[in-house]
Amino acid sequence: MHGSRTYRFSFVLMVLALLCSWLLSISSGSITIPFADMLSTLFGESPKIASWEYIIWDYRVPKAFTSILVGAGLALSGLLMQTLFRNPLAGPFVLGISSGASLGAAILLMGTSILAGYTSLSFLGDITLSIAASIGSFLVLLTVMIVAQRVKDTMALLIIGLMFGSITSAIVSVLAYFSSAEDLQRFNFWSFGSVGNLSVNQLLLLGSIVAIGVVLSIASIKSLNAFLLGENYAQSLGVSLKKSRFTIIIATGLLAGGITAFAGPIAFVGLAVPHLTRQIFDTMEHKVLIPAVMLYGAILMLLCDTLAQLPNSASVLPINAITSLVGAPVVIWLLVRKRKMMF
Amino acid sequence: MAHTEKNILSITDLSIGYGTKTVTKGINFNLKAGMLCGIVGVNGIGKSTLLRTLGGFQPKLSGDISLNGNPLEKISTTTLSKELSVVLTEQPASKNLTVQELIALGRQPYTNWLGTLTTEDKQQIQASLDAFLLDELRNNKCHELSDGQLQRVLVARAMAQDTSLILLDEPTTHLDLYHKVQILKMLQELAHNQQKTILFTTHEIELAIQLCDRILILDGKEHPFGDPCQLIEQKHFDRLFPSEMVQFDGKTGSFKVSK
Repeated sequence: MHGSRTYRFSFVLMVLALLCSWLLSISSGSITIPFADMLSTLFGESPKIASWEYIIWDYRVPKAFTSILVGAGLALSGLLMQTLFRNPLAGPFVLGISSGASLGAAILLMGTSILAGYTSLSFLGDITLSIAASIGSFLVLLTVMIVAQRVKDTMALLIIGLMFGSITSAIVSVLAYFSSAEDLQRFNFWSFGSVGNLSVNQLLLLGSIVAIGVVLSIASIKSLNAFLLGENYAQSLGVSLKKSRFTIIIATGLLAGGITAFAGPIAFVGLAVPHLTRQIFDTMEHKVLIPAVMLYGAILMLLCDTLAQLPNSASVLPINAITSLVGAPVVIWLLVRKRKMMF
Repeated sequence: MAHTEKNILSITDLSIGYGTKTVTKGINFNLKAGMLCGIVGVNGIGKSTLLRTLGGFQPKLSGDISLNGNPLEKISTTTLSKELSVVLTEQPASKNLTVQELIALGRQPYTNWLGTLTTEDKQQIQASLDAFLLDELRNNKCHELSDGQLQRVLVARAMAQDTSLILLDEPTTHLDLYHKVQILKMLQELAHNQQKTILFTTHEIELAIQLCDRILILDGKEHPFGDPCQLIEQKHFDRLFPSEMVQFDGKTGSFKVSK
């Protein structure tokens, strides 16, 4: 169809941009490593200073890959939700799905020690944390979905999502009040969001979760396109509503829940990236949009992470704050400039 | 022509409604290929409910609906999508689709799991664009279109779905007289030229009388069905509205306000 050629060009540009931001992310950090040395280390040579090899391979490379997974996955989950709820303002954060994950994490990190009366963090591995956060986000997603069936008004749905956010933060506050300083701190650090500190095993687990989410999304391309007409039209086009809704919800829950579990609640990537992507790829075809939002999300996340590193400084800013600082103005700009946010 | 003898849609003693609430009962009619049929009746009599029931969006209460010889409730969603297409009163959820993208969605029942369009699909899309005079608008976004143009796009999408039966819920609302006539004439051409069976609800009784091959009058009692001229002769339109308010003139086939 018309325009497929320009999309190919845009895709090539985006892959190049992804590569550049990946290198940028690896080259920045509290320790300055000359670009040439970084490149040679990446190509397997031993650098002049032995610790550089450790910094690059054990810290910066996994971190860069985590950013890619987090950005791509969150952006995809945002796209899925905007199509499923037929709402341009849908996203993991706005609909309370991140809050659900927070609640799951909070109950695990702070609640178990209160309930059980002893600190049981030793047996609570990161897999347990990710399961808890995923369950939390699934529960919120299902509740929102059930409410969405009854309430057709999209504004009402968003307000309900915000209310879920309030409820979960209230429960988190209650838990925080009763929990030990150590548990509270652990939860706080999680809620700042971070793409660093993931071991190779955790990275592989996160990668698998995102991969399942992506496969389910690709399998849903046709029904996602049909949902653009509305559910009744989709059904008349042969889409099995229950099955496709279920698949899309599972994909969204895995992506948003799994990522929030490992990287903390990261705001605005899911909401803003699909809209930013449509500025370049002027289409609603999910075959194009799915890879495009994933590339865009990965690039944005890598850049946000580079910003969070504060070049030449030892401090690392919470990534959640950076994505909000970048994402919120984007949403405002879209609303002001286009008056109406369309999806 | 043997195939024109076969009923595409066959309704026997149908009751429709929601749960325990019956909206209308005792509906009977048959439609053959190539027929344009309008459903008329006062507000709230169950026109949309009937269409939603025939489209498989809500279950019937009792009676039989048979599509191409098979009971409607036994036809799977996938098969149904190749036999029945709809144009609903609801707007498409995303108006950011281009005209061509929206019409292309009509080919979904025939495309592979990724929705790749074959040459045949593209021909069908082009034919739909041409039939509804949309070729120049093909790359326009739906939010840029007027109500009349958008309605044409939605009907063109149903045509691209290439089904033997097309159901339309009030395709002429919000349109001016010219566009009302335009869309109904296009539906008539589609029915006659391509042997499609088209069933639509409408409040444009006078236009329906002039353009439809059959009319179903939902009056809450007998639900007369037949050729518009026959229905006029049998004075069915005269009883549609209270005569102290509106009177039907059988000679001109139009309604007059009672003085």
